[in-house]
Amino acid sequence: MSTLEVRDLRKSFGAIDAVAGLSFTLAPGEMLAVIGPNGAGKSTCFNMLNGQLRPDAGKILLAGPNGTMQDITGLPPREIWRLGVGRTFQITATFASMTVRENVQTALLSHHRRTWRFWRPANRHAGPEADRLLARVGMQSQADRPAGILAYGDLKRLELAIALANAPRLLLMDEPTAGMAPAERTALMTLTRDIARTEGVAVLFTEHDMDVVFGVADRILVLNRGHLIAEGPPAEIRENPEIRAVYLGAHI
Amino acid sequence: MDFFLLQLLTGLASASSLFLVAAGLTVIFGVTRVVNFAHGSLFMLGAYIAWSILSRLPRTPEHFALGVLATALATAAIGALLEIALLRRLYRAPELLQLLATFGVVLVVQDAALWFWGPVDLAISRPPWLRGAIEIAGLRFPFYDAVLIAVGPAVLGLLLLLFHRTRWGLLVRAATQDRDMVAALGVNQRVLYTSVFALGAGLAGLGGALALPQGSANLQMDLAVVTDAFVVVVVGGMGSLGGAFLAALLIGVLQAFGIVLLPKITLVLVFLVMAAVLVLRPHGLLGRPQTAARSEAEALAPIRPAGAALQAAGLASLALAMAAPFVVGPYLLTVLTEAAIAVLFAASLHLMMGPGGMASFGHAAWFGIGAYAAAFATKALGGGLATGLLLAPLAAGTMALVIGWFVVRMSGVYLAMLTLAFAQIAWAVSFQWVEVTGGDNGILGLWPQGWAMDPRAMYWLALALCVGGALLLRRILFAPFGFALRATRDSPLRAAAIGLDAPRLRLAAFAIAGAAAGLSGAVFAYAKGSVFPTYMAIPHSVDALVAVLLGGVQTMAGPIVGAVAFTVLQSWLLTSEFWRFKLGLLIVLLVLAFPGGIAGAAAAAWNRFRRYQP
Repeated sequence: MSTLEVRDLRKSFGAIDAVAGLSFTLAPGEMLAVIGPNGAGKSTCFNMLNGQLRPDAGKILLAGPNGTMQDITGLPPREIWRLGVGRTFQITATFASMTVRENVQTALLSHHRRTWRFWRPANRHAGPEADRLLARVGMQSQADRPAGILAYGDLKRLELAIALANAPRLLLMDEPTAGMAPAERTALMTLTRDIARTEGVAVLFTEHDMDVVFGVADRILVLNRGHLIAEGPPAEIRENPEIRAVYLGAHI
Repeated sequence: MDFFLLQLLTGLASASSLFLVAAGLTVIFGVTRVVNFAHGSLFMLGAYIAWSILSRLPRTPEHFALGVLATALATAAIGALLEIALLRRLYRAPELLQLLATFGVVLVVQDAALWFWGPVDLAISRPPWLRGAIEIAGLRFPFYDAVLIAVGPAVLGLLLLLFHRTRWGLLVRAATQDRDMVAALGVNQRVLYTSVFALGAGLAGLGGALALPQGSANLQMDLAVVTDAFVVVVVGGMGSLGGAFLAALLIGVLQAFGIVLLPKITLVLVFLVMAAVLVLRPHGLLGRPQTAARSEAEALAPIRPAGAALQAAGLASLALAMAAPFVVGPYLLTVLTEAAIAVLFAASLHLMMGPGGMASFGHAAWFGIGAYAAAFATKALGGGLATGLLLAPLAAGTMALVIGWFVVRMSGVYLAMLTLAFAQIAWAVSFQWVEVTGGDNGILGLWPQGWAMDPRAMYWLALALCVGGALLLRRILFAPFGFALRATRDSPLRAAAIGLDAPRLRLAAFAIAGAAAGLSGAVFAYAKGSVFPTYMAIPHSVDALVAVLLGGVQTMAGPIVGAVAFTVLQSWLLTSEFWRFKLGLLIVLLVLAFPGGIAGAAAAAWNRFRRYQP
């Protein structure tokens, strides 16, 4: 059984085929990394999966709560989120005028379908649940700080907590460690892997840091110019001569 | 056919004048991102300065041309001075604060012109060559109109040459696309900005000078011109010179035919065109989506519920306000009633502008619709106070729901301009539909009967409804809806990624704000006993903007503090001579001193004070 199934996904911008027929599956609890040089089609692929871009062709199927596969191709981001897909952004996107806890509470309010309430203060909603999520990513001690003044690594962790608020079955992480210090990178992704394992969340991530990719990924997809040129476990990808040539360089 | 050609030529002539003003505005906006409300004032100064110069020169064509050029140079110098003295200090401030500062300048210039040139409209006596006519295709056509038709394209050509053939023009175009990058490349931004502002001001002055022979220099032209110029710039696409030219042609010609064919709706026509263009092309005819200026990505202040100290202060002020009728005289009671109404009016704007991130230049529309709804409830339906107070927010809220459907899909200045367009349409309807609204004479005799006849009772009613309403809005902002709304403002991307429906949330905020403003309008109608089209006019929309920005848009107490401060200030200054000058100067000084508003500055001071506590 898989959580996500992508069939022959395509997107062109003018004459450029950004994603030219991409197919793959993703199992629950699996960490799948997408790598490739700039312009390989990683971001386009991500933006189609989370609904920011509509594919030209192809299908995206997501496992529902009872295991049946649902077609989510072309749905807007907020509906895809409702179906159990969390995401983090390459450039962090959080609510700067709120505290860390309120950021998570806002996501929980939406998850619990309590957004259209006009009376009871929002920051009294699901405080313990928000704190559990923050504890999960190691941000509990900063729960009352404004999100606008957090260090970058902390923002990334807050994003992860927000992304986990709807108990997703699929987590999409676009360059989750960009802009972080090396030690923080491994810590964040190890944490993500623990969550994937314990809660059966399927994780799809792009990443430029090869230490992180080979350290935490169960499987790797290599894209180049919109095509899938290789797929396999880290050890196999590392030894693939073609990939060394186009992407990794001889030094690895 | 003759009629068609004549109207077309007349339209082209007025298109040229429109273009001159709009060109300056769009160039200034493109580079400095300043929405210059004072652009019409520069135009007005141009007309007055031209009068002063031309009425002293011999009346030959050569001297006329010289005088016009001298006027353009003089207004350019004034513009440069304005940029150096004021706007330069505000580039890092939130966009809307610059708008507020330039509105302060509008007030100052109005009274300065009144003091210097007097209240009488000034026209120059037109020499024969100016009054002559030429023949075009067998038709006699005013010579001066032909000159104007030529000036527009000539100025466009010169500007395009300037922008595309000089190094300075290259920098201006680069800065229009990405001013941070231009700064990073080592370009002296100060000189660039000042010169661009001077150029824009000079164009406005040129427009004013060229408009003089066809009319007069008067004190009303500033707001009239700046509204038209805004429309042209927005229809063309902010920052696009070619777009401004196209839009000026479109609107100039349309107006020329509209006046003859559809005289009833002339006031509405322009704004209908703008609304239609914006709905079809949200960034204007030739405009591009604005790139967010990186340096301006101001850290959004965290918003916290009121602490114990602030709550105590609020309760104390409320108690004082309730006891006021026992202490103050009738005049002050009127002022306080107006202040209470202003509080709800400002708080409703704040809801959409602060947490909603949708600044409106036309908030008075909802106030006015509420006021007229109350008037109809009383006059046409024969209902009492309660009927009117119930009907007003319903009417304004429903209208806001309909208009909001178009508005909430836009952002920034375009959104603001669309709200302005709607407010102008509403104003024009109330002004021109005399049979129903009484036109300029308004609707009188709305005094409520019975208990509310007592001014004190009316004051308490206003206090209960308006301050109560404002507190209710505040409650909403801290409720889940308010958080969701703020989330869509803070990060649209993240809001969508947690399932929030931004357009619906914004639409709801828009309708709530409209309904609340409508209620404040109804209370105002009953307190004053009358309604007039001016309730919906631009200056009244600006009142709300000033109150919110003065108080501080990023604080929840801001609109309340700002509305009270502004109402009291206004009524205190209103009785004195040259009150506009004083008020304008005060606004400018407050903006310079407290870029975060009064409440924002107080909050910052309080935080500093607390940090020194053990």
